[in-house]
Amino acid sequence: MATGQLAPSPPPGLSIARTGREGTGSWPLVDRIAFWLCWITGIGLCVTAVAIVLFMMVKGISYLHLDMLVRSPAPSAIQSQSGGILDPIVGTLIVAAIGTAIAAPIGVALAAWLSEYRRPAWLAHAVESAIEIIAGAPSVVLALFGLLIFSQGFLGFLSQTAANGAVYGRSFIAAGVVMAVLALPLIVGSVREALEQLPDRLREASYALGRTRATTIRRVLLPSIRPSIATGTVLGMGRIIGDTAIIRILLGVSLTNQGVGHLPILGALRGTGSTLTSYVYENSPAGEGNAPQKAYAAAFLLLVLVLALNGLVTWLTNAGAGERRGPRTAFRLLRFSGAQE
Amino acid sequence: MTAGRIDRRVELTLGALAVAVLAMIAAMTATVIAKGWPSFSHNGLSWFGPGGDVDTQLRAMQEAKALPGHSLYYFRAWPLIWGTLVTTLAAVLIALVISTLAAIFLTEFAPPAMRRTLDPVIRLLAGVPSVIYGLIGILAIAPWINQHLLSNSRKASVSIVVQLNGANLTTATLILIVMILPIMVAISANALAAVPPAWREGSVALGVNRWRTIWRVSLRTARPAIIAATILATARALGEAVMLGMVSGGRGFAANPLDGITFLFEPVRPLAATIFQNSDGLTIPVLAHTIYAIGAVLLVSAAMLSLAGWAAKRQLGRYGIRA
Repeated sequence: MATGQLAPSPPPGLSIARTGREGTGSWPLVDRIAFWLCWITGIGLCVTAVAIVLFMMVKGISYLHLDMLVRSPAPSAIQSQSGGILDPIVGTLIVAAIGTAIAAPIGVALAAWLSEYRRPAWLAHAVESAIEIIAGAPSVVLALFGLLIFSQGFLGFLSQTAANGAVYGRSFIAAGVVMAVLALPLIVGSVREALEQLPDRLREASYALGRTRATTIRRVLLPSIRPSIATGTVLGMGRIIGDTAIIRILLGVSLTNQGVGHLPILGALRGTGSTLTSYVYENSPAGEGNAPQKAYAAAFLLLVLVLALNGLVTWLTNAGAGERRGPRTAFRLLRFSGAQE
Repeated sequence: MTAGRIDRRVELTLGALAVAVLAMIAAMTATVIAKGWPSFSHNGLSWFGPGGDVDTQLRAMQEAKALPGHSLYYFRAWPLIWGTLVTTLAAVLIALVISTLAAIFLTEFAPPAMRRTLDPVIRLLAGVPSVIYGLIGILAIAPWINQHLLSNSRKASVSIVVQLNGANLTTATLILIVMILPIMVAISANALAAVPPAWREGSVALGVNRWRTIWRVSLRTARPAIIAATILATARALGEAVMLGMVSGGRGFAANPLDGITFLFEPVRPLAATIFQNSDGLTIPVLAHTIYAIGAVLLVSAAMLSLAGWAAKRQLGRYGIRA
């Protein structure tokens, strides 16, 4: 903020803006109505959030049984016999792991280039706008693009190949890679913002010691913004585990994880499966299963995961706040996450 | 090798990565448009226009039986486009009002304790996966609307054209508002918080009350950010597929505003939801071309909105404000 040069702010207790606590008695009626509307929307937002969490909690606790966590989904029209959610949980973890493992290093590298090198300038601008475009691209379209790429013949080893040579294009690897694209803007945004807020004296001190720019980035700058890298990664992970469109298009609609071939790990990664989001969708009235109890149970677990990641972000930003950042950084990054698919 | 050369090499590597991201975006746009091109070329500009029941056309592609008198590619997307426009515009306009009020509340009126609650609340609302919003919509809100707001006579009044139930335009718009509010509040609140205090203090010192000061000074300064927030939220609403697929009624029907109040309860199905719900048919070539054509339309519109939002936000730099 450039406010410092404009006028020295009075000490907090004296700030004129605070005298507004005097109440609204003297205001014209229209202004008072607006004032109360502000209060209503603020409280309304809180009530909405609490209502969502409570509703899911009540439904989730009544339908989620511990044994569901260790049993695979079973095909059955009766909800009490349709098994557990082990496969979706494993699927969610696999996709989140692949996605963040790819997105984190690329995101950090891109952010470092955007903030420290930026040469040539036109390329930097083009890349910035490209990242904005990724952030705004509907995830269902990213999924369509991913399917197009991964069903190319030469990428057949990443998914299954049918008898007639057609490549299926749906696998954990395919879904994970496209998820990485989805998470990229969050990581780039978070790391870049942190790098730009680092004081120049850090860089100057490092150069003065004869370090190159690359060494400065690796040894000085990146270590000092670790909380922000973590924040971006966790936000990206949150976006990944909440996405349904990419899963349904790139991982298929089966509820169980089905490996391909005999290799233990690679086989599973090449195979199709489900995640919590696709499980919820398939079991909702909109999907094939129509088992609302199962859907509620899985959705509750998903919400718990999201809340846990949210808490982690808060903790991380507070950890970094001591040095240079307000707790609102994660808040500001919302524009990259927004509504999730 | 000297340190300088290593440095140069690192810069080139990182630069190459940046170029790769650009190339990916270009490839994405090009391949999605190319894959959808047959659908555009068979239908011409009437692709975007009205004509027949879009669900019948999609089913014809799925069953590979051309509709009488038309080619297999025959597709008129207007009901889907209309559904997208109505849900998006309604949600964004309502959310614009709510988010501005909420942002003002957050930055100006909220007591510190309330502010500390609102931050996580907004992040929570942004973090809830859309499939959960969809689940709540289809299992809780839609049945409620069906029971309490939809009378049998209202259902009967349009029963020749379309079946009414709880999953409809209103349900979809309501949930969409909740989903796009967080980004709008976040961007607007950040911009409002960044308005130089001296500007507001100047206004207050002249005897202007606090609300008028916010209205005339703060909101005015933060206007580019609010515009940017609105544009970005529009892109989100446009691309929302899962939740809308679950609660909008899932019927490619152009809800008719001339039906009065009934209009609010008519089913729609936006473009993104159409892609999502037909994703099982991607192995059928003609249907796949059509779906990719829809994807291309969405991608191009979302990209233009993102760039516009980005440009609007950069204007804030004039005031030395970052959003």
